[in-house]
Amino acid sequence: MGERTVEFEVLRYNPEKDAAPHFQRYSVKCREEWVVLDALNHIKESVDPTLSYRWSCHMAVCGSCGMMVNGEPKLACKSFLRDYPGLIRVEPLRHFPVERDLVTVIDDFVAKLARVKPFLIPQPGAAQAGTGEYAQTPAQLKRYKQFTLCINCMLCYAACPEYGLIPEYIGPAVIALGHRWNEDSRDGGRAQRQEELAATNGVWDCSFVGACSEVCPEHVDPAAAIQQVKIKSTIDWYTEHLMPWLNK
Amino acid sequence: MAEQVGRRPHVRPITSEWIFRHPRYLRYMVREFSCLFIGAWTLMLVCALGRLSEGPEAWGRFLEGLKSPWVVAFHVLALAFAAYHSFTWFQLTPKALPVQVGEKFLPDDVIAGAHFGAWAVLSLAILFFAGAF
Repeated sequence: MGERTVEFEVLRYNPEKDAAPHFQRYSVKCREEWVVLDALNHIKESVDPTLSYRWSCHMAVCGSCGMMVNGEPKLACKSFLRDYPGLIRVEPLRHFPVERDLVTVIDDFVAKLARVKPFLIPQPGAAQAGTGEYAQTPAQLKRYKQFTLCINCMLCYAACPEYGLIPEYIGPAVIALGHRWNEDSRDGGRAQRQEELAATNGVWDCSFVGACSEVCPEHVDPAAAIQQVKIKSTIDWYTEHLMPWLNK
Repeated sequence: MAEQVGRRPHVRPITSEWIFRHPRYLRYMVREFSCLFIGAWTLMLVCALGRLSEGPEAWGRFLEGLKSPWVVAFHVLALAFAAYHSFTWFQLTPKALPVQVGEKFLPDDVIAGAHFGAWAVLSLAILFFAGAF
């Protein structure tokens, strides 16, 4: 297994000393099979212990190590050095305030996620009599399964220009997760979620750039969820205003 | 006890530079920009209806005006943008209208293909009724 010297430019920001972030260059000997996160760990352990960043699982499950790698939102644990022949520029996720170095402030996302109630709101009568179980066929599971794969890494927020320009926009992952529960046959909470999803700062801030789905490391398709919510919300509006007898 | 660290989150400004950061953003902007040409063409159509209502002479002058190289160039551009917009739109239809059959979803190509097919059939029908054949 080969080694090579890789040049990194890492965005540094110390809120107690720096007026604004700046790039710091590191030249490190890396093993060819390393990912960017391995290199950051190596820098922190052997070169510069002051470097701050989030990570946990190192296997694209926890969603903690999202950062901009050469301008693209990536999981550092999934970005192999062999795919980056030249200088590697590492920055905190775009569109989020920088807390320190590569650590961002994610309070906005967490608050928005809670607003769509991303949990089962049981459909009355959906539980089986006697056992209290919520049975579901494989076809009913398939309907929403891809949206369960979201790991809340927020790469889609860093890719979405609408979120950058309209900070009130509830954003791709939150809509995908709200839609995931709406599409669940056991759930009856759609009307409650619509308050957030069908609002101006819900799906209607999206102009279908599609970047969210392109950068998703778990191949979730938030853009699809958003368009599906748009269509269903439009049908809601028309039935409410043109065919009010259907709502009785 | 650990020393209290002061918080001062830095907000990085958003500039229009994002459009050029990745080809996907440029493609998106071209798609959005196409609406200006489609809108302008629609306005021209409204003007055409106005001239038509004024009588054969006004209509004739309008048709004569369409032969100007500038107007022809505008139509070529508007057609190109309309085709680009339609093409990109139909490519996105599988996301908006997934069709589940049992435990599987119909392949994206089938859904987009059905839209492209309907587009072609309707375009041919319009050309037919317009007397192009």
